[in-house]
Amino acid sequence: MAANKQTEILLIGGSAGSISVLLKMLPDLRRDLSFPVVIVLHRKAGNESGLELLLNTHSNLPIMEAYDKINIRPGTVYLAPADYHLLFEDKEQIGLDFSEKVNYSRPSIDVAFQSAARVFKANTAALLLSGANNDGLKGMECIAQYGGMLLLQDPATAEVAFMPKQVLFRMNVQQILQPENMARFMNQLNGN
Amino acid sequence: MIEPDIIKDAEIEVLLKDIADVYDYDFTQYSKASLKRRLNRICIIDKFTSFAELRYRLINDASYLQRFIEEITVNVTEMFRDPLFYKALRTDILPSLGTYPFIRIWIAGCSTGEEAYSIAILLKEIGLYNQALIYATDINPGVLEKAAKGIFAAGPMRQYAENYILSGGSKDLSVYYISQYDHVRFHSDLKSKIIFSTHNLVSDASFNEFQLILCRNVLIYFDKDLQNRVFKLFDDSLQPLGYLALGAKETIRFSHLEHKYRQWNGEKIWKKISWES
Repeated sequence: MAANKQTEILLIGGSAGSISVLLKMLPDLRRDLSFPVVIVLHRKAGNESGLELLLNTHSNLPIMEAYDKINIRPGTVYLAPADYHLLFEDKEQIGLDFSEKVNYSRPSIDVAFQSAARVFKANTAALLLSGANNDGLKGMECIAQYGGMLLLQDPATAEVAFMPKQVLFRMNVQQILQPENMARFMNQLNGN
Repeated sequence: MIEPDIIKDAEIEVLLKDIADVYDYDFTQYSKASLKRRLNRICIIDKFTSFAELRYRLINDASYLQRFIEEITVNVTEMFRDPLFYKALRTDILPSLGTYPFIRIWIAGCSTGEEAYSIAILLKEIGLYNQALIYATDINPGVLEKAAKGIFAAGPMRQYAENYILSGGSKDLSVYYISQYDHVRFHSDLKSKIIFSTHNLVSDASFNEFQLILCRNVLIYFDKDLQNRVFKLFDDSLQPLGYLALGAKETIRFSHLEHKYRQWNGEKIWKKISWES
């Protein structure tokens, strides 16, 4: 089913325990990645640039925090800013939103994933990482509904397995990935 | 369960055009991604099961319009949000305006007024309140009524008090209000220099000249063309050497204003340095 669908966006959602996974995956992503990567992490409002800096020191690809109406490009990693929901205006443009928290979270993984699913439809790939709450579940369901690709961190490797387990019990996931295999898998999605 | 998509993209266009035709409100240049969420949300809250139902109600019931606007615009706001921004206002920007005999400040898209009261507190504490006038405007009459009352939920006050201290405040925020059960009421002298008024950034013109305009986390709900139009409106409304303040993730870069303004110390504050048209 995934054979002739070209990945146009890779979403990564995570909460507690997901930063160490990113630090393992990001260094091995190929530089000529043919799609943008958008990361939505739960984090405290206020300490924004610290994370951007940390991830940048572990990545070959440029990593930047998204700002309003930013044009997204292949081979670039975008980080949802703290305290904003991240939405997709279209395939090229991100929009931000300061509306009510969803699942006690802003940014909410559900909000970003649902918005992406509606824009990129079956060409969406989404990876859900370690985490302790339900945010991400509805987002993954929505992506499945549009025929996108569901990827999951192997709960056995997750610092907090609650979030990936929720998905595993409910949905058909295309691939369950250990942190050390994630980059290799993402690199294979390349259309170049 | 999946969040239902009650309204489809093509239907949004139809609805927005209807509203622009029947009423004097034009939402056609609002950011679609956010607006779509709000439209689906209002369908759920007000129990419309189809697009046609919402459309019928809107076109045929003028009294519903105010509620509609209140629900599709985002009215989430905080006191002293981004404390370092308020610190810059407190220590540099506002004091530099102290040389004007009369300071005019416009808070565009003030929602329920938390920012207006925050600015009023800053002005009081640096001794400029009596020579200042704050125009706090919003598209939405309902939120302005709330703002003018100065009554806020008690829940977030602890967060606001922390923000206030981080912004350089040296008192206890509670000296500015009295607690009443689950609400707090700000002292009325804080609003004696605030004028709350409706103003629609989409369609209304410049109405005064200001030394400082704050419009934070409002432009994120507009598309690029409308943002540029509003930037022009702000430019027309700012005195030479006046300041424009935006939200943490908003910028005038890539807009027509880019070369007429200089960013202040990495903050989302820009100074008007050129005023030839």
